[in-house]
Amino acid sequence: MTAYLIRRTATAIVVLIGVSVFIFFMLHLIYPTPAIDVLGPHANKFSINQWNAQHGFDEPWIVQYLRYMNQLLHGNLGYSYKLNQSVASLFRERWLRSAYLSGITLFLSVVIAIPVGIYQAVRRNTVGDAVVTTGAFVTYAMPDFFLYLIAIQLFAITIPIFSYEGPQTTSMVSIIFDWRAMTLPIVCLTLLNLAGYSRYMRSAAIDTVAQDYIKAARAKGLPERLVLLRHLLRNAFLPMITLIGLSIPDLLAGNLVCEAVFNFPGLGLLFYDSLGTADYPVLLAYTLVGAVLVVVGNLAADIALTVADPRIRLV
Amino acid sequence: MTNIAPELPPPGLPPAPEGGDILVQSGWRLAAREFAQNKLAVLGLAALIFFVLFCYLGPLIYHGGLSSDLEAVNLPPGPGHPLGTDNQGFDVLEELMVGGQAALEIGFLSAVIGMVWGAVWGAVAGMAGRLFDGFLMRIVDVLLSIPFLFVVLIVAVRYGASVIGLSVIIGIFTWQVPARLVRGEVLTLRVRDFVSAAKVAGSGWIRLMNRHLLPNSLGVIIVTATFAVADAILAVATLGFLGFGLQYPTFDWGDMLNNGVTYLQDGYWWLVYPVGICIIVVVMACNLLGDALRDALDVRLRRR
Repeated sequence: MTAYLIRRTATAIVVLIGVSVFIFFMLHLIYPTPAIDVLGPHANKFSINQWNAQHGFDEPWIVQYLRYMNQLLHGNLGYSYKLNQSVASLFRERWLRSAYLSGITLFLSVVIAIPVGIYQAVRRNTVGDAVVTTGAFVTYAMPDFFLYLIAIQLFAITIPIFSYEGPQTTSMVSIIFDWRAMTLPIVCLTLLNLAGYSRYMRSAAIDTVAQDYIKAARAKGLPERLVLLRHLLRNAFLPMITLIGLSIPDLLAGNLVCEAVFNFPGLGLLFYDSLGTADYPVLLAYTLVGAVLVVVGNLAADIALTVADPRIRLV
Repeated sequence: MTNIAPELPPPGLPPAPEGGDILVQSGWRLAAREFAQNKLAVLGLAALIFFVLFCYLGPLIYHGGLSSDLEAVNLPPGPGHPLGTDNQGFDVLEELMVGGQAALEIGFLSAVIGMVWGAVWGAVAGMAGRLFDGFLMRIVDVLLSIPFLFVVLIVAVRYGASVIGLSVIIGIFTWQVPARLVRGEVLTLRVRDFVSAAKVAGSGWIRLMNRHLLPNSLGVIIVTATFAVADAILAVATLGFLGFGLQYPTFDWGDMLNNGVTYLQDGYWWLVYPVGICIIVVVMACNLLGDALRDALDVRLRRR
């Protein structure tokens, strides 16, 4: 087990290095220097060259990469010339809001997907199963923003219960208690996640129901409730751990669109705004942070799975 | 003797082409039969065929007007404009047809790019084994860890979106999953007897790959491709909706929705719902098709 974990962690570190090189190189190709953004569109070649030399943007990309990584490891994510603020401080301002939005939707989707999936597996091919499957299938094929638009149209414009915009305050406490503004983003994002998770949970539970130990548990007369809780739930949940780890890119992308539609001032909206203003340091830093989250998330899922599933420890 | 000889296969050589073809055909025929029995799959296929005809033949028959007509702005559905007009006076129905072309083209092209690249990459990794395999698969891990939408957005914003450009950039982030799956297939196939036999018979790498390994991984590739089309169409729509998609004179479903949002409060439903439903139906059709093909070809794989 220890050998496996060490090997797995080493792979993750190699992948992290590869990811950082790839993203830095790619963005370097796309935006070689922010000189034009700083000096204005009419800056002449001489002043651009001078600015590049002063700020180290004339050096080979590998040197710039190493310097950037050195700064990154010291907590400096670069400087946004457009917003005149360090990227780290921008992120510090906003990350909690995005984390709250992602965290609560992830929590809700998992907590709802498990019983729904088990219900579908146990009542397989009944009307209830068919209704949930159809709903999940349609939501799965739906572009995120279309669901937001329908929700806004129905519950913010036609029947104005909720707000069509996310909360605009900076205080975390008032964001959490601002149910009028937070309900639509949270419910929609949860539904979108749920579509994938419940389908997955259903097939995992169906595989588990067919196992001999479930039959044995039923045969020895265990109440159905205990069969489901003790045997089915615990085993069917294992693949979900991997799925949660794998769904981090979708969570990040989902946040981006959701925050853009609801004008919710989190990291996704920051990224979206930065796209419009070509604020390259923010784009670079957030793409990197996103990729790191993905790698770390997959690693954490694998470690959690090793802890949860003794069969893996033997390998 | 001389009369009989031409009719019999030369001794020692199995009747390879005929026998092989019959075997392969019956496998595909079985799959086709199973596919035809799946009602949802047939429905999905029918929906896709309908949309291809709708998008490519539709504009030849129906001319609602795709030029700016400022006297017919935001008209509700009515005579002359079955689905109304948008804020430029474009006919929504014809816009849907032409916009669908871009979506289908990008979905198809990016899937082809992704599948070809992924199949070759995975086959090479599986055949090479050891260090080179590890190296190739770590590159796959690296690319899978990069949030795909972020990169597509950055590239699209900087260079502007075009059908070819978007297909390539989406294709670049599509090939990793097929590469992994094809590698897995190749790893199990390459120790099978028929591959060993081919090796002993003197087949080179390229022949092994073309004749034995890739054809046997075709099921995996086709199933992944179907899902890839759906993902690509969603990605393009998202791009368009965020305002960084294809620009006029190319039409784009996501961009149409983006336009419609402005008028959500005015109740101009025809700017939002028809196009949204089109996206859902096309994506759902691809997903249904993929699920059915997976069952028919008995491919075990997990979606991303």
